[in-house]
Amino acid sequence: MPARLIWGAFLIVAALAPFWLSGYHLYQFAQVMIYAIALLGLNLLTGYNGQLSLGHGAFFAIGGYGAAILIVKFGLPYYAAIPIASLVCFIAGFLFGFPALRLGGLYLALATFALAVAAPQVLAFKGFDAYTGGSQGVQVPKPGPLLGLHMNVDQTVYWLCLVVAVVLFWLAANLVHSRIGRALVAIRDQPIAAETMGIDAALFKTITFGISAFYAGVAGGLDAVAVGFVSPESFGLPLSLAFLVGIVIGGLASLPGAIFGALFIEFVPNWADQLTVIFGENAKALPGAVYGVMLILAMALAPSGIAGLFRALGRFVSKGSAL
Amino acid sequence: MVEFLHQLSSGLALGGVYAITALALVMIFQATQLVNFAQGEMAMFSTYVAWQLLQNGWSYWAAFAFTVVVSFVGGVVIERLIVRPFANAPVLASVIVFIGLGFIFNALAGFLFGFSVQSFDTPFDGRPLFGNKFMSAHESGSVMVSLIVLALVFAFFRFTPLGLAMRAAAQNPASARLVGVRVGWMLALGWGLAAAIGAVAGMMAAPIVYLDPNMMSGLLLYAFAGAVLGGIDNPWGAVVGGFAVGIVENLLGAYVVGQEVKLSVALVIIVGVLVVKPSGLFGRRIVARV
Amino acid sequence: MINRRQLLAGAAALPFVSAARAADMPGVTAKEIKIGQTMPYSGPASAYGQIGKTELAYFKMINEQGGINGRQVNLISLDDGYSPPKTVEQTRRLIEEEQVSFMFNMLGTPPCLATRDYLNQKGIPQLFVATGAATFSDPEHFKWTVGFQPNYQTESAIFARHILKTKPQAKIAVLYQNDGFGKDYLIGLKAGLGEANAGMIIKEASYETSEPTIDSQVSSCQGSGADVFLIAATPKFAAQAIRKSFDLGWEATRYVTDVSLSIASVMKAAGFEKAKGLITANYGKDASDPRWADDAGLKQYKSFVDARMTAKDLVDSNTIYGYDAAFLLAEVLKRCGNDLSRENILKVSTNIKDLDLPMLLPGVRINTSPTNYSPIRAMQLQTFNGTSWELFGDVITG
Repeated sequence: MPARLIWGAFLIVAALAPFWLSGYHLYQFAQVMIYAIALLGLNLLTGYNGQLSLGHGAFFAIGGYGAAILIVKFGLPYYAAIPIASLVCFIAGFLFGFPALRLGGLYLALATFALAVAAPQVLAFKGFDAYTGGSQGVQVPKPGPLLGLHMNVDQTVYWLCLVVAVVLFWLAANLVHSRIGRALVAIRDQPIAAETMGIDAALFKTITFGISAFYAGVAGGLDAVAVGFVSPESFGLPLSLAFLVGIVIGGLASLPGAIFGALFIEFVPNWADQLTVIFGENAKALPGAVYGVMLILAMALAPSGIAGLFRALGRFVSKGSAL
Repeated sequence: MVEFLHQLSSGLALGGVYAITALALVMIFQATQLVNFAQGEMAMFSTYVAWQLLQNGWSYWAAFAFTVVVSFVGGVVIERLIVRPFANAPVLASVIVFIGLGFIFNALAGFLFGFSVQSFDTPFDGRPLFGNKFMSAHESGSVMVSLIVLALVFAFFRFTPLGLAMRAAAQNPASARLVGVRVGWMLALGWGLAAAIGAVAGMMAAPIVYLDPNMMSGLLLYAFAGAVLGGIDNPWGAVVGGFAVGIVENLLGAYVVGQEVKLSVALVIIVGVLVVKPSGLFGRRIVARV
Repeated sequence: MINRRQLLAGAAALPFVSAARAADMPGVTAKEIKIGQTMPYSGPASAYGQIGKTELAYFKMINEQGGINGRQVNLISLDDGYSPPKTVEQTRRLIEEEQVSFMFNMLGTPPCLATRDYLNQKGIPQLFVATGAATFSDPEHFKWTVGFQPNYQTESAIFARHILKTKPQAKIAVLYQNDGFGKDYLIGLKAGLGEANAGMIIKEASYETSEPTIDSQVSSCQGSGADVFLIAATPKFAAQAIRKSFDLGWEATRYVTDVSLSIASVMKAAGFEKAKGLITANYGKDASDPRWADDAGLKQYKSFVDARMTAKDLVDSNTIYGYDAAFLLAEVLKRCGNDLSRENILKVSTNIKDLDLPMLLPGVRINTSPTNYSPIRAMQLQTFNGTSWELFGDVITG
């Protein structure tokens, strides 16, 4: 079945969801789309371009705080605040891309890991209190209905996230299937050969860092609007780890992988919570262990991620039909 | 001046703990070419095992020895059962498995032992070394332990056939197999040793930082930094790196930038050093031939 | 005379009337009341999950004894990992899916801030929030959010007054956790000292909870030459600071917050000898303090823990906290009788006069009114003598 048909059907279902889902579930699926955007950005960097980042939570935070501050302290509407904050993320990512050029695999992982751990401290820095609200955080007002149509807040947020996600996915798809995309993969797999062929690895790698940070920033800005609140505690190390888990379990170097990954990190922790109810109240600490087991199981069953599973399935099916 | 010495000595004391933890990371890396993100949680869990034994009345050194042995066995078992199946999977799959392991150990520790802060005995009780006020007896003791463990590890890799076999298995598994090295068991051994070293690190750290399930997560970043700064493939480097990070972080926080941005400064230093010397201060430069 | 038609019409209207009543009391049936809560059972603040566990055990006990006014109390406590986005999600799940009546003892300033607007807009009580941030006692702007413990600023203002009284020429160093909790202490101290004395604070050192130790900060504080040291830290770091300040040979009057005064956890960890002379302000009894051995409230608490929890929970200050909060809620529910509408629950919660809780200090009582949303405002200074906390002075109301 052609991919376009699947995407189209998926899009229609997603667009109509607010008519039969309740506010709470819409909130959850808006979160899924927000994570999917962030994961898409991270996947461009790590999956397609091979640069391992454990610190995308920091770019998510810059987008979130940036949008919140622009909306609350500068009075900008969200459709201006989010793009501006994301642009700042692009610049930050691009600049970080330069030292990242010298760092391979593990060392880059460490540097970005440090970024993720340091981010909450920087956000809580008292010099910035006037803008960031310090540890009180910033309350972000909810957006008004889109295009003045009749819809409630949850539907507004959901459709906003959907529209942005569609646009960004479309852009990413074009990027990945173009010469640039092939160049990125070439840099990942055969860096020396790629350079020899005239690909300016440095330029591509830094720009990819920037784009990936841009995506995380957009996601962060949308999240600030969806949740209605940002504080340093919203952006700790667990978030960056969740992103990494998301792209690997969803499937590296895969666009649908971002969606699978987002679904996983949004819903599976809740399942882990519910599973441990059978152990009684004393097992309140156990969901973490169940989640850890699920991660290991997921990797055992699908080492190339869920998208990898589907690909294998697709090959299996087409082999069968070729007979 | 006095304060400076205090800062220096607490940096040294903490650096000692970073150093041992960094050693465990290097050990795993030397054996498997992977970094184990769950190292901290495993060390913390080992420390809780020791704590429970001490609560039950065991003497310190008995509990210490037992914990180290149990941790070694645990490390081997984990490698064989959980890490091994992913040997042929993409590298990032292993990373996710490590993250999962970290979650499991953390939650189990909280479930079994509770989340409240506990104190942990030290074998170095008594008057501080040379009667000084700068480092407690335990802190000086743990610095010495770091150096002893380092010496043992170094000697192991350099002078024993087993150490050589391990290094060969990690760097060139195919050739190592050809000369008769049991590569699979070398990996397991590496994990076992790393778990044992981690247990020592935890037991040295706990009297200083107090024991709770989240004890190692703050430490881990600095231990990583130390390991990478020194060169992830070099035990000496890890230890020097660990001490360096402890001291520099303290001095910078106290005198230069203020404690509020200590973490960010650590980040800048790490990135800075790596940009200038990507393989760390003592690491070997890998030159790729075209 | 009432004819048959009217009777029938009246009878037909009855189910609508009770349906309307039921709609007025979401989360409530004839047999049960559902209450929601978010707690950090995982993540950096997981030590506080003990509070939720205690409250769950308490209401299980109440239910086995027949419930309150014939209704079972179904407390649904969900993990938010101290992450505000997760708190919002769990709260929405509790309100919209589980349809709970109200939220109880939600823990943490950021989680409570993140959900405060939502709950207030929907007219859902956010009762007895488990945080001492001053911002949560604001009946004018957030009439549905009620506080519980004395706020941090009040406590440090009490310290400030004590310092001015006993050491007016003091030079003060403050070690504080770099979040709302620690910063509130700093603000309270400055407010208590007043503009004129602001210069008394000569050193402010902060730390992050992700740092392994704060020895460096303590050294800096000593190096500044201060002779008064305020430790605005959570238990682990407070123990480190108490021990280090002693080891450094620093002769200073040390104040510690009520969050970190447990003898069994903090003083023991720091070392009883090293903790001598510490001053704190408290509103509750420490279960490991021998002075309360024959106290009725403590005995009540002890029998609860013996029956429902494990031995190591007894001396955990979080268990005591959860016990008192659950006791308070049970009392509120009792007083509501059969009117468990959200409005009435709020009304009862904000009109309590001089209520005693088992583990509150003598002289400290619960008091709320429509203009006072801080149930506990009184504290008493006490000093640690190596074995227990000696109260001194009077009960002070902030």
